[in-house]
Amino acid sequence: MVGNPNAGKTTLFNALTGSRQKVANYPGVTVERVSSQMRLGDDIVECVDIPGIYSLTAASEDERVATSAILAKDNPPDLCVIVLDGTNLERHLFLFTQIAEAGLPVVIAVTMTDRLEAHGKELSIAALSAELGVDCVAVIGHKEKGIAELKMAIRRNLREPKRPAYDFGLPEGLEAELAELRDRLSRLGVDASLGEVRHSLYQPTEEFSNFLRDFPEVSEPYRTAREKLEAADLLRPSLDVQSRYKWAKDIQERVVTRLSDAKLRKSRTDRIDQILIHRVWGLAIFIGVMYLVFQSIYTLATPVMDWIEGGFSWIADTVSPPLESNPDLKSLIVDGLIGGVGGMLVFLPQILILFFFIAVLEGTGYLARAAFLMDRLLGWAGLNGRAFIPLLSSFACAIPGIMAARVMPDAKSRLATILVAPLMSCSARLPVYIILIGAFIEPTYGPFWAGFTLFAMHFVGMAVAIPVVFVLNRKVLKGRRLPFLLELPPYQWPKWRDVWLAMFTRGKVFVKTAGTIIVFMSALIWALSYYPRLSPVESAQILKVETPEDADKKIQERQLEQSYLGRFGKAIEPVFVPAGFDWRISTAILSAFPARETVVPSLGIIFSLGNETDAESADLRTAMQEATWPDGRKLFTVWTAAGLMVFFALCAQCMATLATVRRETNSWKWPVFMFCYMTGLAYLAAVLIHQLSRLAGG
Amino acid sequence: MTTSRALTFADLKTGMYARVTGVEENCLESRRLQEMGFTVGTEFHVVKVAPLGDPIEIDLRGYRICLRKRECACIELEAIV
Repeated sequence: MVGNPNAGKTTLFNALTGSRQKVANYPGVTVERVSSQMRLGDDIVECVDIPGIYSLTAASEDERVATSAILAKDNPPDLCVIVLDGTNLERHLFLFTQIAEAGLPVVIAVTMTDRLEAHGKELSIAALSAELGVDCVAVIGHKEKGIAELKMAIRRNLREPKRPAYDFGLPEGLEAELAELRDRLSRLGVDASLGEVRHSLYQPTEEFSNFLRDFPEVSEPYRTAREKLEAADLLRPSLDVQSRYKWAKDIQERVVTRLSDAKLRKSRTDRIDQILIHRVWGLAIFIGVMYLVFQSIYTLATPVMDWIEGGFSWIADTVSPPLESNPDLKSLIVDGLIGGVGGMLVFLPQILILFFFIAVLEGTGYLARAAFLMDRLLGWAGLNGRAFIPLLSSFACAIPGIMAARVMPDAKSRLATILVAPLMSCSARLPVYIILIGAFIEPTYGPFWAGFTLFAMHFVGMAVAIPVVFVLNRKVLKGRRLPFLLELPPYQWPKWRDVWLAMFTRGKVFVKTAGTIIVFMSALIWALSYYPRLSPVESAQILKVETPEDADKKIQERQLEQSYLGRFGKAIEPVFVPAGFDWRISTAILSAFPARETVVPSLGIIFSLGNETDAESADLRTAMQEATWPDGRKLFTVWTAAGLMVFFALCAQCMATLATVRRETNSWKWPVFMFCYMTGLAYLAAVLIHQLSRLAGG
Repeated sequence: MTTSRALTFADLKTGMYARVTGVEENCLESRRLQEMGFTVGTEFHVVKVAPLGDPIEIDLRGYRICLRKRECACIELEAIV
């Protein structure tokens, strides 16, 4: 499946194969080669979806993926399904000329014909088919219209492939020269298409020039052909592009007829854009939209959260009595597993709401506008508007964000984008914010400031990313940049199926993490904090000294302190004291390095181990509010909470992200660099906040 | 009646119409822009200049593209009045 970005390839791919690849309304959603099986009658065909390209001269990484799949010499595609956007035939046909030139068999799928009709235009599929000399089918992927016909055409063409008619009105005199060169080459055993010979005339690759040096019988006529073309002023790549566009325009004029003067009316997209990318309102609306997203994550999820929390304490209450006879097992299940996994799953509603908004914004086409608005800001830092989309995806999860950085036009900007993508506040940080805001901001300042803090926390990463990229560009990543080009797609209603799919897929990943890593880490942390048990002698001593009410609490505290986890935490406490974190917080932080989600269950286990498991005291928020330093000062002030949130906002606590960076950059250097700079920044920021708050008398 | 004057991308303002008069050869940036449709003789319309002066949104060959003025120095234009 070949075509321009945002032509609707993936929608069509999903319709053909029944796959569930991510679809959205902006260019560059697919960055990888994805293959899936398609059933055609009794045959099974491997169908490959590749990233969108504007031409076969690849610049960025995703385009390289695409062109190497099309032009693979050893394993060429049996059939190219070229996806042409019917509303934008001219530019899409430009790509068609290049694929036709490569000599590949082709079937054409024309998408967006419904939108064309809305513009008062009509496209004649029969005429297009006749002009191009291959089978054309009109399809509307998300409505499954034309899919059966397309499948039939694919099946027919796999048996009897059709290669497109090959006359692109090239500059006169070029054809003869090319044919002669090709014949000479084929006598040498080089099997090249006319197009390839032509390309080598315009822009000879080093490899090809070296090859020619050994064969004077070809290199001589090759040189004279070049000279002749140059003398006739035909050896200009621009003429080549120009003649292809002229051809494409002629075809478009012949196959598309205008039914009415609908074009004269301002299109819906124009009217919406007048407001959304307005000089003043545009930016205000952008900030407003982002604010609304985070505010609603905070407020809408609360009732569902309470419900899930209630559910888990009910489970804990139900399983506790039968386990009374075995206190170790009871503690493992109730404090370790139920506490850990439950503490995590409580955040499922927030995650789903976040992905709902992201999917809606992607589906409408607003994201491309946001990139347009933000380009200048990103430009100051040395990135460009294209980076906005990988960076925004990173708010969901840095891993797809890092992959999406493949759309960057050159290697340096791509690396810069990859290196700051994990600074964007991903959904795994959300639980940490929610817990801390719920415990320390909301009770004092109310829900408005709670929502605001959540919004602000998502700005911290962005604010830090700008100077980071700035420094990276100056010091580490010097080099040539390619221009920023971004197509702005027309607005459309989001396809609810895609929105639902995005929520479902991400929700599944989240629950899966809770079921695997979190279960494991919860059990581990529980074990480390539960063993070794406090000696009976010592607990007896505490019982003697304290009143019965205080004794329980004292025993638990002593238990935790002398556990493996407590000893370890005490050992590293000095490192984090400048940031105002005690050994309990330090331990939770360290436990979160493999995956930052773990911190919430860790805090839960550390702060509430052994407490009565009714809903009240199991509440981590209360436990943290009541925690104190040994001298009785409150452990958490608003500023400690802020410091901890900022630490989490900046720290590189995700093995999966580092592994993805390793894969995408193909070196260990960059993940190591990323880990060091992010963790260093996080630590410095946390220390700074604590020390400033102390100076300010906090 | 159309009169014309030489322009660069930097001179473009919201609402202007312009035509490509020349492109730099053997330059990667210029090749990219040509492949996107900025070939000699192409006419286009400036839809919007972003709030901070850059990038600009252009209506070209029936689609919308957004690009940075200063990155299009390899293309020469004339205004269509």
